Amino acid sequence: MNLLLQTWPWYVAGPIIALVTFLLFYFGKHLGVSSNLETLCSMEGAGKFTDYFKIDWRARKWNLVFILGLIAGGFITSQWMTPNEKMDLNPKTIENLQEFGITDAGYAYLPEKIYGLDQLSDVKNLLFLLLGGVLVGFGARYAGGCTSGHGIVGLSNFAWASYVSVAGFFIGGLLMTWFILPFLIKLL
Amino acid sequence: MKYLKFFALGILFGIALSKAEVISWFRIYEMFKLQSFHMYGVILSAVLIGVVFMYLFRTEKIKDFQGNPIHVRAKKSGKYRNILGGIIFGMGWALAGACPGPMFILVGKGAWSILIVLLGANLGAFLYGILRSKLPH
Repeated sequence: MNLLLQTWPWYVAGPIIALVTFLLFYFGKHLGVSSNLETLCSMEGAGKFTDYFKIDWRARKWNLVFILGLIAGGFITSQWMTPNEKMDLNPKTIENLQEFGITDAGYAYLPEKIYGLDQLSDVKNLLFLLLGGVLVGFGARYAGGCTSGHGIVGLSNFAWASYVSVAGFFIGGLLMTWFILPFLIKLL
Repeated sequence: MKYLKFFALGILFGIALSKAEVISWFRIYEMFKLQSFHMYGVILSAVLIGVVFMYLFRTEKIKDFQGNPIHVRAKKSGKYRNILGGIIFGMGWALAGACPGPMFILVGKGAWSILIVLLGANLGAFLYGILRSKLPH
């Protein structure tokens, strides 16, 4: 039971990610979560605006079922497999965040100051979350993949486009975390 | 029934990412602050194992469930799209603390404010579709 409740180390999670990637290929598909964003746009009728979304989403139904599985996986862990201990974050990380008034680092998956339901009445929080999402969705489709398609599949396949994209992920992420985020969090 | 296996694989992926805290905003922050090996370990170990089975696919030592060779589709490549799209994506990843997979997993965990981020991600994909012809690729 302890195995179900404790945090899984990277050398357990990484191989499981690889196993899922392998099985998707074995079943004739491929791992790639962000293409579902396109599929959802297309189902919502975005094909009326541009041909880019005129795709046969029925052929991608398996991937929508996969993300339904992700949601179910999240539900299962939160119901029956939630750790009772605190997250083992670097003390320096916790200290850095305290300077921004984020005091719950490690006690939850998401910071209350950004994601708390009470904060949603504040338009600044709504814009913060919306902006994060827009950048992820826009960037993933522009780059042609996200952490799964470029990060896992592309890097393992020695795809040059994926190496460039992942370098971009880190340039963008470092810029945001070190220089822009401190400014934005102060606004919340 | 045909789709049940993809549902099961999604569940396994969702559980692994939850249990390793990959879906946590704090872990993403810690990763970009270069203060922990944890996230790099998850990505690197998955990629290194992936390298092995990509080799087995290429040399056709492993075939798919119907016995056909497995071809890994080439990623969309361009002088500008990968680096620019990558940078934009990375900024969003660090801001929201979640990439697309974890966004869906967090819905299952009942973190309802993630729905705003997901709405934004859909909007972002839609904006890309609209602006695509005007962007350098």
